Amino acid sequence: MATQDEIKFLSNPNIGQKKTKYCRFKRFGLKYIDYKDDAFLIQFVNDQGKLLPRRLTGNSLKYQRRVATAVKRARHLAILPYVTDLLK
Amino acid sequence: MRHLEVSFIVDPVLSGDEVKSTVQTYKDMLTNEGASIVHIAEMGLRQLAYPINNRSTGVYFCIEFSSPNPTFIPKLELALKRDERIMRFLTVSLDKYGVKYNEDKRNGKIGKRQRKEKQVESPVVSEPYVRPVQHAAPAAPAAAPEIVIPEEE
Repeated sequence: MATQDEIKFLSNPNIGQKKTKYCRFKRFGLKYIDYKDDAFLIQFVNDQGKLLPRRLTGNSLKYQRRVATAVKRARHLAILPYVTDLLK
Repeated sequence: MRHLEVSFIVDPVLSGDEVKSTVQTYKDMLTNEGASIVHIAEMGLRQLAYPINNRSTGVYFCIEFSSPNPTFIPKLELALKRDERIMRFLTVSLDKYGVKYNEDKRNGKIGKRQRKEKQVESPVVSEPYVRPVQHAAPAAPAAAPEIVIPEEE
């Protein structure tokens, strides 16, 4: 009888599994989102500089709203672009 | 007591002394209005994400202050708007977490550690995966654990 370690799969069994999304602000206890920190905010926008939806980032509604505010403030101060291509 | 923060972009064409005097005028204005200045952060000359007034760079400043009765903000914003040396400005009120964040950042608790981790991780990630060749058999186990590390995050 083959033990669990000896079983080999032809295809990767992890493919197709759902990766659980989580709100990073809640999990890591981040309470404030700095609008001057462009390296952090760039995680929440796509290549064109548009805000990513909650569906993709996994943020809770409360922090998604704050992210949106911070990104909009950063855009006003020319820290992030309003429209662009190939941001990342 | 309310905590506020005003950040603005100064024209990069001005000389160093002129930039300093610009900041000094607003610092004096705030202290005259009864606000106590917590910190003045100079973020230096930065590339703008899009051109403003045909300039592609700007000198960023951020003045954090607290005031018991901030009724002078419209006055301050009008002065900033009329000032030709200022390209953009933004006044923001800070909650208690914002105040704590700025304090931690000043003490070096925020930012540096994150960047260090990224710098350590990035060369590991960017290393191309060496395909195990039959002749170079010892090279393959050396490359394999390095690839595993980013998956554990």
